[in-house]
Formats: sequence, structure tokens, C-alpha cells
Amino acid sequence: MTDTLTDPIYKTDSLIAEDIDAYLDVHQHKTMLRFITCGSVDDGKSTLIGRLLYDSKMIFEDQLAALEADSKRVGTQGQEIDFALLVDGLAAEREQGITIDVAYRFFATEKRKFIVADTPGHEQYTRNMVTGASTADLAVILIDARKGILTQTRRHSYLAHLIGIRNIVLAVNKMDLVGYDQAIFDKIVADYTEFAASIGITAFTPMPISGFKGDNITGPSENTPWYTGPALIEHLETVEVNSAVDADKPFRMPVQWVNRPNLDFRGFSGLIATGTVKPGDAIRVLPSGKTSTVSRIVTMDGDLDQAVAGQSVTLCFTDEIDCSRGDVIALADNPPQAADQFEATIVWMADEEMLPGRSYWLKIGTQMVTATVQQPKYQVNVNTMEHLAAKTLDLNAIGVANLSTDKQIVFEAYADNRTLGGFILIDKISNATVAAGMLHFSLRRAQNVHWQATDVSRDFHAALKNQKPAVLWFTGLSGAGKSTIANLVEKKLARMNRHTFLLDGDNVRHGLNKDLGFTDADRVENIRRVGEVAKLMTDAGLIVITAFISPFRSERDMVRQMMQPGEFIEVHIDTPLADAEARDVKGLYKKARSGQLKNFTGIDSPYEAPLDPEIRVDTVAMTAEEAADAIVARLIP
Amino acid sequence: MTDAKTLTHLERLEAESIHILREVVSEAEKPVMLYSVGKDSAVMLHLARKAFYPSPPPFPLLHVDTTWKFQDMYKLRDRMAQESGMELLVYQNQEAKDRGINPFDHGALHTDMWKTEGLKQALNLYGFDAAFGGARRDEEKSRAKERIFSFRTASHGWDPKNQRPELWNLYNARKAKGESIRIFPISNWTELDIWQYIHLNDIPIVPLYFSAKRPTVERDGMLLMVDDDRFPLEPGEVPVERSIRFRTLGCYPLTGAVESEAATLPEVIQEMLLTTTSERQGRAIDKDAGGAGMEKKKQEGYF
Repeated sequence: MTDTLTDPIYKTDSLIAEDIDAYLDVHQHKTMLRFITCGSVDDGKSTLIGRLLYDSKMIFEDQLAALEADSKRVGTQGQEIDFALLVDGLAAEREQGITIDVAYRFFATEKRKFIVADTPGHEQYTRNMVTGASTADLAVILIDARKGILTQTRRHSYLAHLIGIRNIVLAVNKMDLVGYDQAIFDKIVADYTEFAASIGITAFTPMPISGFKGDNITGPSENTPWYTGPALIEHLETVEVNSAVDADKPFRMPVQWVNRPNLDFRGFSGLIATGTVKPGDAIRVLPSGKTSTVSRIVTMDGDLDQAVAGQSVTLCFTDEIDCSRGDVIALADNPPQAADQFEATIVWMADEEMLPGRSYWLKIGTQMVTATVQQPKYQVNVNTMEHLAAKTLDLNAIGVANLSTDKQIVFEAYADNRTLGGFILIDKISNATVAAGMLHFSLRRAQNVHWQATDVSRDFHAALKNQKPAVLWFTGLSGAGKSTIANLVEKKLARMNRHTFLLDGDNVRHGLNKDLGFTDADRVENIRRVGEVAKLMTDAGLIVITAFISPFRSERDMVRQMMQPGEFIEVHIDTPLADAEARDVKGLYKKARSGQLKNFTGIDSPYEAPLDPEIRVDTVAMTAEEAADAIVARLIP
Repeated sequence: MTDAKTLTHLERLEAESIHILREVVSEAEKPVMLYSVGKDSAVMLHLARKAFYPSPPPFPLLHVDTTWKFQDMYKLRDRMAQESGMELLVYQNQEAKDRGINPFDHGALHTDMWKTEGLKQALNLYGFDAAFGGARRDEEKSRAKERIFSFRTASHGWDPKNQRPELWNLYNARKAKGESIRIFPISNWTELDIWQYIHLNDIPIVPLYFSAKRPTVERDGMLLMVDDDRFPLEPGEVPVERSIRFRTLGCYPLTGAVESEAATLPEVIQEMLLTTTSERQGRAIDKDAGGAGMEKKKQEGYF
């Protein structure tokens, strides 16, 4: 194995031994570069990373001994050392010879510390690659010199560009296996140049390398005298990092935490996203728009004269203005905008497909809001970059869609500011991170379409009817008794001269929602429309009674959010599945059990019972009449 | 060399760690910092003090004690708790205590009961929903793939194949009742970064990291320090004074020393850079179950 080793890039052994203080001085002034390697095991990706770790002496003797033993046992390089085994960390990966997850590796030279995100190359791991790329300053796209540009090369390049990586290295690997032939290298570079331009990549750095033999990794290779560009490490050591670029942009800092140890100190802590800040700078707090002046930049090591993008600091102001977690502190005369409707690129990362219309948590910077995504405008085929029509997005799908948030968020286009333009979506029930997204722009209508103020107000409507509007939202299994009890409730209210309207599930599906089926996505849209109709009716002063299975907690909560506080009354018609199925008034359970009816709630589609409903009706203990009386008594005490 | 706008690698690492600490405090209900008194814990504690200055860090320190740590570790632990103004919680697994579980007679069971079980018991007892730990990704292969926010089921299990994607510096701290998060704010630091940061910031560490004459015996190729009179000497075994120090600290009967003359921080760093073995090599814990020892332990709830 020793014949393949080149000079280490950590050429500081002599300085370490002779003058450790001088060595430490050099190393405490290093900068840091984060990069991602894109390719598959076949392209020699793990081998390249193993090589970088090995050459920078990040592998110790005991690890090397274990590596040699592993190489002989499960390696793919015969008796030679298999660097790939160094980096494929999880037992499952070593056994299957693939990289499943994102792994982070570290090495350093005299000039820089490097963090490498090692991600798998296959299409089913698109989400892993996007994750690894999100923090990268640079992408190394690996190509097997024998194979040239493949579908996966195009995919990796598209993803790196999508996530905003400006520095791309085209590493044409395994040059040793093509006799270090310049013509092969030139052909690949020409092909790539053409492709790159077509997806908007204007600059990249090509280099001929061999991860296995070490050519053009740490210095110029004798085998490629025709190549005059930098070796990989030289390039990585000198390329500009993102934080340096961010420092030249206008100042923005999302507030993470308000620091208030006593009445005399009030500081706002956060990581500076872009720009620089000094005491005396005029700032504006968004979305409120209040202005003040920075009085101090506080750290445990003493106050600072200036702080720049990438630093975590605590700012104090000269005035006592409102500012809390989620707000953004920005340069007073050049602040970002706030909006609640956007176009965005979305990368779906969950096994369960996206449900247009469903409410998800959206986290952007330190802001957490509720968001709903519309049906995608299109999905992108990540191999061909073609736009495809799509109704939803499933695992690893990338698409463009409009989304709206329940309140205004402070934002910038992702292309200008990763912190104020990059977001994640979180499922409200499972709490899983289901998507990553990048804001393009706010939709004009969010800025220019205002609510039409009408002279006859909702209060006036209600006063005319001499009642307080409300929504009695019945939820429960099919056959629980929702429609029966709802009908009784409406009759009782009518007798009391109350103005009501009953929205029944089956009836609405014959008209307003006749285009919807029973998939999860359609169920979500069904409830959203019913919620909007119910809301209009409460504006008209009515007491609305709805009888829908409405199986998902997140949609019921969405409707609750639409209503005025206190107007949404969730009524859980609680019947055990066995009882509902035994009644089977419409014969639907029988059909569902026999497989004739798909997506039936309680059988092959879940019912999420309310955790804390305003009213719970136990239909086993109560008759329908008793239940209706109880509900009316709760509404009109 | 750098200009005023380009941060050094240590400045970037520090900023990232502080950001993580503040996110957890903002989003978790009841966080705690696991404090093992080693060099990584020392850095993590220092970062916490910086993150919330001038306030003291708004969470307690938890030491899951095995009763077998080095005496010098107990001393520094108590001193640092006092200096930082933080509450120190010390937890010892009562069952392990009652059964007299010890590293000499019980091997792997010792680590399992005192550390793994002890940690679970302590987290359940106090109801902590977020616990900071000082693990680094460069330590071990399964750590390299662990998230900074690492979720644990109600029974503290880890599922490496079902981890949440972590994009940019956006961390999703939401969880169901009973679930908890382990957070690793110094995930992206290397051993060299840790030492350099300790050096630059003059952070107090346990004196055992520095060479001194200490009583030792040699067993199974490991140099063990006779730290107190509970150390059972075998017939004919006599402790020998050697110049030794430790690269990593745990239970003293399980932690191998290295012979060394490095008595200052620069000398320690010098020795680390010139050495040819990795730091966990002195720990018995990683060696069982082939290459997947740590991965298996983590799935069972080890930190």
C-alpha cells in the first residue's frame, strides 16, 4: 500500500517539533471552508475523501491498522487499502458498500480547516445531498474519466446550483485508468461547459485527478504535465468562503433570544446573517419597523467595536423598543420586506407526500409560522431539468409552488440571503422535517390586494340577528351519529329563534366539493373549503353547524385558526370503532372491510381524535336527544 | 492571514456553537447540560457562558457520576459549577450502587449501569427534554453521521436511519411529549480545535491532562493510574511512579494513560500532533462488537 502514498499536505511536522508556539500561531489564524463531494462510490468519492484525510494525517495508526484489517475483510481494492471504508460509518453502509446518510469529515492544512459533507450520489438520496449542500461553500463534482458526464453528473450539478453554491470544482477522477490522456479530459470539460451554461452555471474549475494514486491532489502531478491549473488542495485553500461574501451585504440579524439578566440590561442575541454592525449604527426592527441605534455589542470577552456576518453577538439599543425572538434587526435605511404569500422552490424530504392545503410549521431564521402550500406549478425532473405537471410532491421531488403564511414573515430572496430565504417545513403532528424550501419572491397580491372594508360589519350582522356567531364543528367516525345529533341541535336552536345553517358532509360533496375524492390530499382540501364557507357564514352572523368526519387534527386546527377567538367549538362525537361499525347505517364499513371502498376512516385511513375538544359526546352513554340538549346548553347557557 | 471580515475557523466554530445553544434554550422546555468534566465539557461550558453573557447559562449542569472518576475531576467539577453560577446536579444510579457494580469485577456492565442507565434515570427523574452533550463528529465513525439535534424516543433509543434532515442552520426542535433531544453543540470541532480553543481562552481543565509523576500499574497493555485505595492490586503487583498524562478522561480503572513529559498546553498539543494513535484508543468502551460498538451503544441510549 505504501507505494500509492504521496507527500502529506500537513507539512508542518518539523515546525510542530521545533517551535510549537509558532505552529499554534499559524493555526489559530486559519479560515474555514465547508464543501460537499458529489458522486457515487463508483466515481471514487469515498476514496478521494479517504485520501484527503490520509494525506492530511487525520488518520492515526490505530485507525489505519483497523482500516487495513477491514480492507482485507470487506474491501473492494484487493489487498490494497480501501479508503472508502474509512468514511462509510454506519454498519449497514459498510455491509452494503453504499453511503446512506450525510457524514461530516474534517481535515486541515496550514491555511484552512475543512469540513467535508460526504453524501450519497443516488437519486433516492437527493434529500441527503441537498442537506449536505445547504451549508457548503463549494461543491466537488466527481466524474469517472472513463465514463464522462452521466445523468448523475447533471443531477448533482443542478442540485448544487439550486442550493446556491457558487464555487464548483469538476474533478475528473481516475485519470490513471485512462493513461492521463489530455484529449479525454478536454472532451469532458467541453461537454460539461455546454451543459453547465444550460442550467445557469457560469463558472467552474475543472481538474484531472486520481484519488487513488494521488495525482493533482496536493500538488502538480508529473503524470499530467499538460495541466497547469491548481491542485485540488491548493484550490480549496484559496477559494472565497461564503461568510466573506455575506459580510459585504446589508446588515441583518434574526433575534434568537432576549438577554435580560436584570432590569438594567436588555440585549438581543443572534447570529449575524449578513453585513457588519457597529455601535452608533441606526437599525430598524422588523416587522414592526421601529428604529433605534446600537449602543453596545456585548460579549464575554468585552464589548466589540464591530461585528460581522457569521458572528454570534448580543446587541443593546439606545431606546427601549419592542424586540423579541423572531424579529429581524436590520440596517435602518435598507431593511428587508415582510410578506405572507410567496413563490418558492420546495424539496420534499418525507416518505408521506406533500398535501397541498394542509398547514405545516414553517421555520425561517428564528421565525416560526403556519404555512400552507398550493398545488405545485410544476415539478422538476432532476435528471433532465424538464418541468413536469404535478399534483403533489413526494420523497425527493423538487418543485415550484406558491405558499402562504398565517402572518407576515421578514424575508429576502434565497439568492440574496440564505438565512432569510431558506426555510424548512415541519409536520404538525409527527414533528418531522418534511421539506426544505427557498423563497423566490413575494407574490404581488400579498402586497397589493387588501381586504375590502364593508360598511355593514360582521358585528352589525350579528347584532341584527341578536346572537353571537359560532361554529359547532362536529367530528367523529362515520356512523358515530354526527348528522343525527347535528340535525337535532339545529332544530332546537331554530325553536329558540336562532339563525343557523347546517353544513353536512355528504351534501357538500354533492356540490361545492364534488371534484374531490377521498385521498388524504382531497380530504385536506375538502375541510379547507368547508372552513372558508363556515367563516363567511359566521361573518354573516350565523351559527354554523358542520358534520364532517374531518379525521385530521391539523385541518381542524387550521379551521380553528381561521375563526375569531372563541367562535370555534369542536364537538367530538365519540363512538368506539366497534360500535360505529356494528351500526353501519350506510353499509360502508362492510364495503371497506371487503376492500370495495378505499381510504375509509378507521379502517385503512387514520382518525386523529381531538386532544382537547370543547365538547365531547359519549354516544354509548348518551342518547342523541341528551347529546343535543347538552350541546345547546353549552352554546347558550 | 485574514482581514477583519473573514472569521478564523475557531471564530466560526464558536459562533455556530453559541447559535445552537441559544436555539435550544429558546425552543426546549427544560434543557440541561451533560457535564463530564473532560476537555470537551470544559469547552462546551465555556461556550454556554459566552452564549448567554451577562446572564448565567439558563440551565443546570448534570454530572452522571459513576463514583469511579478521578479525584481531580470531582474537584474541578465543583469549582466550575461555582464559577459559572450554575446549578450542579449529580446523579448516581442507586441500583448500581446497591449491587456494588464496579469496573474491576463487572466490565461492560459497569458502563451500562452507571452511565447508560444512570443517564436515562437522571433525565427521566428531572424531566429534561433537551440535553447538551460534548460529542464530536471526528471522534468515531457513527458520530460522524449523527445530527447536531439528535432525537431520542421516550425510551431514549436512537434510530440512525430515521434522523431529521438538518439544513442550513435551521434546527427543528419540535417533539412529542416524552421524546427528548440530545444536542451536540461542538459536533464540528476536532480534537485540535478543542485544544487550541482551550489554549486561546485559557479555559481551566483537569490537571490530569498534563504530565506528572503518578502511581501506575500496567495491565493488558494499558497503563492504569492507582487513583485511590479501591484499586485491587494483584498478587505481586506494585504501583510504579511514572510520568504520565491522559488524552481522554473517564472512570479511572478504564482509562489508559500515556507516558509523557508534556506539562504545558503547547506541549500537550505538540504531543497530540506528533502522536500516531487516536484519542479514544485509551478507552475500553469502543472495542467491543467489532467496528460498530459505539453505534450499538447509542441505539441503546448511551450518549
